[in-house]
Amino acid sequence: MTNHPDDSLTKDNCDTVVIDRDVYERDEVIQLINSVLAKAIHKKDAHDAGIFKEISALKGVIQDTRAEIGKLGAGDINQRHIPAATDELDAVVGATEDATGAIMDSCEAIQACLVEQMPDKQTIEGQVIKIFEACTFQDITGQRISKVVGTLKDIDAKVRHILAMLGHDVDASSEEGDADRQEEKRRNDDSALLNGPQMPDDVPTQADIDKLLADFD
Amino acid sequence: MSVDMDMNVLIVDDYKTMLRIIGNLLRQIGFRNIDEATDGTMALNSMKNKRYGLVISDWNMEPMTGLDLLKQVRAKGDDNANVPFIMVTAESKTENVVAAKKAGVNNYIVKPFNADTLKQKITSVLGEF
Repeated sequence: MTNHPDDSLTKDNCDTVVIDRDVYERDEVIQLINSVLAKAIHKKDAHDAGIFKEISALKGVIQDTRAEIGKLGAGDINQRHIPAATDELDAVVGATEDATGAIMDSCEAIQACLVEQMPDKQTIEGQVIKIFEACTFQDITGQRISKVVGTLKDIDAKVRHILAMLGHDVDASSEEGDADRQEEKRRNDDSALLNGPQMPDDVPTQADIDKLLADFD
Repeated sequence: MSVDMDMNVLIVDDYKTMLRIIGNLLRQIGFRNIDEATDGTMALNSMKNKRYGLVISDWNMEPMTGLDLLKQVRAKGDDNANVPFIMVTAESKTENVVAAKKAGVNNYIVKPFNADTLKQKITSVLGEF
């Protein structure tokens, strides 16, 4: 890795702080600034006082940015959003595979039935119903994909906020639209009940629901 | 008394595929008069003009959810206020079932479902065919 001429951050009497890497952890940056401040604090001349002031301001900006990013819950992106989205997409893949298998099984059964001289009407009707049942995957997968789209929008909003904090130009109108949608959602008291399909391993069975309903009677 | 297969049945779902599937399963069972609505507002409009013997509705719809539809139907006090109402939904958490029951749902089917479950729940609400 090459050291650029302007990589040198500051100089003291006997030691030099040289940035010899392109990427620093935030904690390292803070530590570096604190180290420079500790040295600069002993300087009395106006030039060093100016440096001290600027670096102090820089430290403040970095700490504020860290605090803002912390408030946004940016860590949720890799800890919660991405795993949830990939789980939903895995479930979509599983459901479409199951449905395709069920539809093809029924088609083959109908095909086999039609080869007979006297095709059994009841068998064909039964297989047609199975095809209808299998087609319900479209609704469930649609809801799962909507959840993934919602997750991507959440990630987009967080990234936009972070970019805005770092001074990048973001589309303000889009942010306002997001805020409006969130406000609309908050107004609907029952919105917390709209969660879409649960993961296949967590979903209560029809028997569980029946038991729950029976408890009311 | 057996179920009147000529009664008006209303299916409400924003997925047209689901309307077709449930409609076909109901016709398979023997129902002959089936109306469809793709959202809650359309369903309420249909109910202004016709008396229904059964409503089968999805929950997760926009802008009016199936739960909102159920609450409005029960609150209206007209001919359809006491219509048997079955929720067919992927929202299967306990709090959902409890909320639906409190709002006056007659039965609750978890998606994905099969023809037997649909027939069984209709029977539990309307009686034997």
